[in-house]
Amino acid sequence: MPRRDDLHKILVIGSGPIVIGQACEFDYSGVQACKVLRAEGYSVALVNSNPATIMTDPEFADATYIEPITAAYVTKVIEREKPDAILPTLGGQTALNVAMELAASGVLEANGVEMIGAGSESIRRAEDRRLFKETMTAAGLDLPRSSFAYSVDEALAAAEALGYPVVIRPSYVMGGGGSGVVTEPEALKTIAAEGLRLSSIGEVLVEESISGWKEFELELMRDRNDNVVVVCSIENVDPMGVHTGDSITVAPAMTLTDVEYQGMRDDGARVMRAIGVETGGSNVQFAVHPESGRRVVIEMNPRVSRSSALASKATGFPIAKIAAKLAVGYSLDEIPNDITHQTPASFEPSIDYVVVKIPRWTFEKFPAADPVLGTKMKSVGEAMAIGRTFAEALQKGFRSLERDWHGIAGDEVTEAELGRLGIPTEGRLRAVYGALFNGMSTAEVARASKIDPWFVEQIARIADMRKELEAAGSLGDCGPDLIRRAKRLGFSDHELSEVFKTSEDVVRATRSGWGLVPTYKTVDTCAAEFVAETPYHYSTYEDEDEVTDSTRDKVLILGSGPNRIGQGIEFDYCCVHAAFALRDAGFETIMLNCNPETVSTDYDTSDRLYFEPLTFEDVMNVVERERPAGVIVQLGGQTPLKLATALARAGVPIFGTSPDAIDRAEDRERFGALLADLRLPHPPNGIARSVEEARAVARSIGFPCLVRPSYVLGGRAMEIVYEEDSLERYMRTAADVSPAHPVLVDRFLEGATEVDCDAIFDGRELYVGAVLEHIEEAGIHSGDSACVVPPFSLGGDQVETIASYTEAIASALGVVGLINIQFAVKGDEVSVIEANPRASRTVPFVSKATGVPLAKVAARVMAGASLADLRAERMVPPGRIGHEGIPHTAVKEAVMPFERFPGVDTVLGPEMRSTGEVMGIDPDFGLAFAKAEAGAGVRLPTKGTVFVSVANRDKRSVIFPAKRLHDLGFDLLATGGTAHVLERAGVPVKIVGKVSDQAPAPPSPARPINVVDLIGEGAIDLVFNTPLGRGARTDGYFIRTASVEAGVPCVTTMAGMFAAVQAIEALICGDVGVRPLQAYLAEVRR
Amino acid sequence: MTRTPAILALEDGTTFRGEGFGAFATVTGEACFNTSMTGYQEVLTDPSYHGQIVAMTATQIGNTGVNAADDQSRRPWVAGFVVRDISGIESSWRSENSLPRYLEGQGVPGIAEIDTRKLTRHLRDRGAMRAALSTEIDDADELIDRARTSRSMVGLDLAGEVTTTEAYGWTAEMVSERALSGFAAGAETAPATAALLQRLERPRRRIAAIDFGLKRNILDLLVSSGFDVTVLPATVTADEIESGDYEGVFLSNGPGDPEPVEYGIATVRGVLGRLPVFGICLGHQILALALGCETYKLPFGHRGGNHPVRCSARDQIEITCQNHGFAVDPGSIEKTTAHLTHVNLNDGTVEGIEVPGVAYSVQYHPESGPGPHDSRYLFESFGDLIESFEPSQIEVSQ
Repeated sequence: MPRRDDLHKILVIGSGPIVIGQACEFDYSGVQACKVLRAEGYSVALVNSNPATIMTDPEFADATYIEPITAAYVTKVIEREKPDAILPTLGGQTALNVAMELAASGVLEANGVEMIGAGSESIRRAEDRRLFKETMTAAGLDLPRSSFAYSVDEALAAAEALGYPVVIRPSYVMGGGGSGVVTEPEALKTIAAEGLRLSSIGEVLVEESISGWKEFELELMRDRNDNVVVVCSIENVDPMGVHTGDSITVAPAMTLTDVEYQGMRDDGARVMRAIGVETGGSNVQFAVHPESGRRVVIEMNPRVSRSSALASKATGFPIAKIAAKLAVGYSLDEIPNDITHQTPASFEPSIDYVVVKIPRWTFEKFPAADPVLGTKMKSVGEAMAIGRTFAEALQKGFRSLERDWHGIAGDEVTEAELGRLGIPTEGRLRAVYGALFNGMSTAEVARASKIDPWFVEQIARIADMRKELEAAGSLGDCGPDLIRRAKRLGFSDHELSEVFKTSEDVVRATRSGWGLVPTYKTVDTCAAEFVAETPYHYSTYEDEDEVTDSTRDKVLILGSGPNRIGQGIEFDYCCVHAAFALRDAGFETIMLNCNPETVSTDYDTSDRLYFEPLTFEDVMNVVERERPAGVIVQLGGQTPLKLATALARAGVPIFGTSPDAIDRAEDRERFGALLADLRLPHPPNGIARSVEEARAVARSIGFPCLVRPSYVLGGRAMEIVYEEDSLERYMRTAADVSPAHPVLVDRFLEGATEVDCDAIFDGRELYVGAVLEHIEEAGIHSGDSACVVPPFSLGGDQVETIASYTEAIASALGVVGLINIQFAVKGDEVSVIEANPRASRTVPFVSKATGVPLAKVAARVMAGASLADLRAERMVPPGRIGHEGIPHTAVKEAVMPFERFPGVDTVLGPEMRSTGEVMGIDPDFGLAFAKAEAGAGVRLPTKGTVFVSVANRDKRSVIFPAKRLHDLGFDLLATGGTAHVLERAGVPVKIVGKVSDQAPAPPSPARPINVVDLIGEGAIDLVFNTPLGRGARTDGYFIRTASVEAGVPCVTTMAGMFAAVQAIEALICGDVGVRPLQAYLAEVRR
Repeated sequence: MTRTPAILALEDGTTFRGEGFGAFATVTGEACFNTSMTGYQEVLTDPSYHGQIVAMTATQIGNTGVNAADDQSRRPWVAGFVVRDISGIESSWRSENSLPRYLEGQGVPGIAEIDTRKLTRHLRDRGAMRAALSTEIDDADELIDRARTSRSMVGLDLAGEVTTTEAYGWTAEMVSERALSGFAAGAETAPATAALLQRLERPRRRIAAIDFGLKRNILDLLVSSGFDVTVLPATVTADEIESGDYEGVFLSNGPGDPEPVEYGIATVRGVLGRLPVFGICLGHQILALALGCETYKLPFGHRGGNHPVRCSARDQIEITCQNHGFAVDPGSIEKTTAHLTHVNLNDGTVEGIEVPGVAYSVQYHPESGPGPHDSRYLFESFGDLIESFEPSQIEVSQ
């Protein structure tokens, strides 16, 4: 079936900010969709609030709306754009939910917009548990058995019929509250009674427990002719009970016979047909009983998902691209396979390697969070590794995580600790290794962990090899045969160096001397049956290398590895831009990365793609194979930067700022000396290697102090201390964060405005991308702070000062490429806080706000072009400061993951905890901020009740915004102290009880209602609460966590409050409009 | 674990050194690769692989062990087996034996730890070639010689080596439950299990299945589709069939080159137009030759479970299981009464032909085992053909 000619304009919905469970995979799929649709001649309109995405680059759509993905805003976009169709299946759950809302409210129908990809009926069948069950049952598919109960007796009878263990799930309770697994009647009585109480309709579902079963996923595609193909099978190493996003997974499935696999394939197709997904990709999850083989359907996603991105990278089959083509009418056989060019897309990839995906968690950021994995996803990113065997891929995966692990080898586990293996945690598989290494058998470990014995056996092979290596004594005694076998099991040079108590360099030199260098194989969708045209490679230790030699000038771009808090999509964005810009400039671009969610690991982003861990060994191997003219390390965040020094020492040419200059900026002692030389103002500071030294420094510079390890990423282990006790506690608990590096103590400038400057220096000239003013004051990590371009409160002379300081530092460091400098502005004083001669998190935001592609410019500068050259090419505009001449305001707001981690305090601080960001853009600051908040999921109210409770230091400043809210028609509630201040200022306010005045108990006549109760009841629409201290179980803590649970916006800084009040005012008074980025940028006057 | 050295040597002098498993033996055969990611046991026991040294492109082999229910015939037929990694453990609730022990017991040698992707690319670029595999001879030159002096597939009648010598019946009791469950869970065209079982009790049509290297899944599916099946040796004559009171003739899959199977071609010519005919794989090629088409050897064959085929009548794509080194020449079909019904979308080769109301056949394996279940409608179609069949005179161009 050919392309649909009845459609002309298609609206693509993105997925918004990066949150846990929805990361950059949807930028990858969105980019593919936009490319396809435009290549097919459709006009593309796009809505996505996330500025750090490639898809929101103005050249990827005809009209790019960086607006909140809410029904209200998307409706405005539809009314303005009048698209013929909306494509919601490539933007994750966010896009699907908004599309469903628009369908239900009649907006789509009223505007004549057709939903393509999946219809609203199909989406409902897949998403509604009851409807899903009915649909599956009608299609003859097996599901976990279950029945509803309305009394404890009915629940008991149901459990009796199903057989224990069972899961109790109360109906209509938010967030899975009250559910639990029970193994015997007594426990059931308790849980069922509680569940019946919690359920608003007094109903619980009693369901057969499938915890511990084997878990599988199929990625399927279907076209309008009802052709269905399975792109990939995925098996979870972790049995049922762990969210698939938190599971270590393998492709293809490893433990199914053909009979079982084909049965699953049939079921997958039947699920897709029964749900009615007409075109595009879907994901179906299955559980298989390990002893009977009974197979049940768990769930299906009627859209492109995280697993689709993984399956695309794992097989080379571009699911999102094909899904977009299917959505506009093509059938699978009409679409060519990009990799072979010879064969059509209507086939099922065959893969001759093994892919392992390992999630990346950041529990260190949330010490109060529960580290046990369950049905709610907690990981923030993932690494994928490819090897010829599971063992090899697994070990490569572990060293891709950047947890200072060099393979799976982990802590030893004794027999007495076997129980640990049954509890899913981040370290479980390493514990499996530890138990096996300690002599426990595959069968014992498989029994304790419920992990399939086949996987356990593969880990046992690794443990056995480690023993064999240790027994051999020295590298020389091992000889090439044993080392080759170890390399084939994925052992890293680093681990071998530990085994043989030598350096990694010696291991590398010795094995290379033996001819043991990796070979590079190709991901080709067809197991080599056809000639592959696409150079997508992975390393392994085999006989034949498939990389074709090239004589062109090559640039190797090092990516940023798995997403984590502090290092996310922004850096991938920069790497992708470098690939685009350098390809355009005539280089052969080579990308090296291990993150399957990203655009950088799309095989057509660069000329060549190496899917490899970002370690010295793996990078050097590619360098030696490809011999690039230069390696780019400053765009992928801390990951490639950490490797820079070692690479330079090994003689690898680094493009741009030299590793020594990078070190000079990152090493606070050296940087302090540089600032002193340049006579630039900076907060007094000192370096401490012991508690005593820290105390001495603090005394000399004065409290409060900002303390942190000398090398930082995402503000890890950073804290503001107000007195000596806190300083000592910090030094004792956090000083071992990085033993090689001392702790920095800086005077903290209270109440200062924090400012970022993103600039590019080419050795002669400076171009300031923008000066960004933070809304939260200094002390809140810049990644967690909202910021504004152009700066709203800085004078022109201050911007000039910032630019000249930046130029002085860039010039002194010898920067070639990007530099980000943070300043604190207090009164007229501008102080330098820190400098990072690399891409910063705000590069994409600045590029979107100003229309100048900073990362592209930087890449070109690193590769030898001057800013003057690039001005001549019109890549850089005239003028020195990029934000000048911009008539609009752009606000970046951070998105926090607190709802995933119940009980974690939401107060912002110097440690970064946000997972993603959004941008709000509008001619008016208040509306730009309101849009940013809406994009971040914060629903600022325009009427209702506001609760105010601030720390003493903020009591004076709270009067004005509180009064304004009252004038705007809000009712005010406050606790005693704050209420007193407001009343005296003539602002009407009601007093509400504090939590700490009362014993913890449900409300009763003896215990009057307190603010937490009111938040829980939904009686409060907005909370302003500035904290007294951090970590303690104070009133503020209860108020903030209750707000998160109830989804009530909670502002924790005064600056945030001022901005929020302006935004509310703008929402009430102003007409909120939407405009495409292209229109905003056309108005920039330079 | 002790490691046994093993060598795979190709006739062009390329050698691969790896580790042996299975039997302690030396074998020769045509080296080929199979891209199925599941179903190594079905591959091993498919008689079509007789005389071949089969390399699996999937790298982790043996994970689920072996079990009697999944066998496609009474023994493995591959001459030797080539894998990247052989599992040291079998993990499946249905496993009855480990793959290495099974192959050892059956006298089949295997080689592991070789660069199977290099071998695949080599065979893809240079074409299928003769090879020797040994787990006992550590002399590569000798094995190259053995490969060079071994027999070639072209012109060899292998069907005669694998066929049954005695006729036998295949009844409902012999159908494996696996086939039934697979069928029931199959495509939309598959009947519900209950209806299926009912039909099993009342066999509908008596058919003769000529065994050129028959796979068990075919028998199971024929019986499941309501046929009363009698399996006959490959050398059966048209007269013998005519005297057997059959309502249809099924031509099975089988190994190697169709042209030397002259007796089979003659038999088919004898029954064409008198009885409805359905052929699979080698049976398809024999039907084509009987109709006057020509066949040729593909450079490296089709062996795998992911080949897209378009069925023009249904206007649908089927993902198919394939295993053949020879194919029907598309140009030769035009001059016969047959027409093309199925085409391979990867390379445009002939996948199915039909003489309406008389006979039809497909090059691929609709019975799967291993492979997808997309094409099982073809078994139903045979019942329809028998239903509507009217004897006729068939023109055969020589």
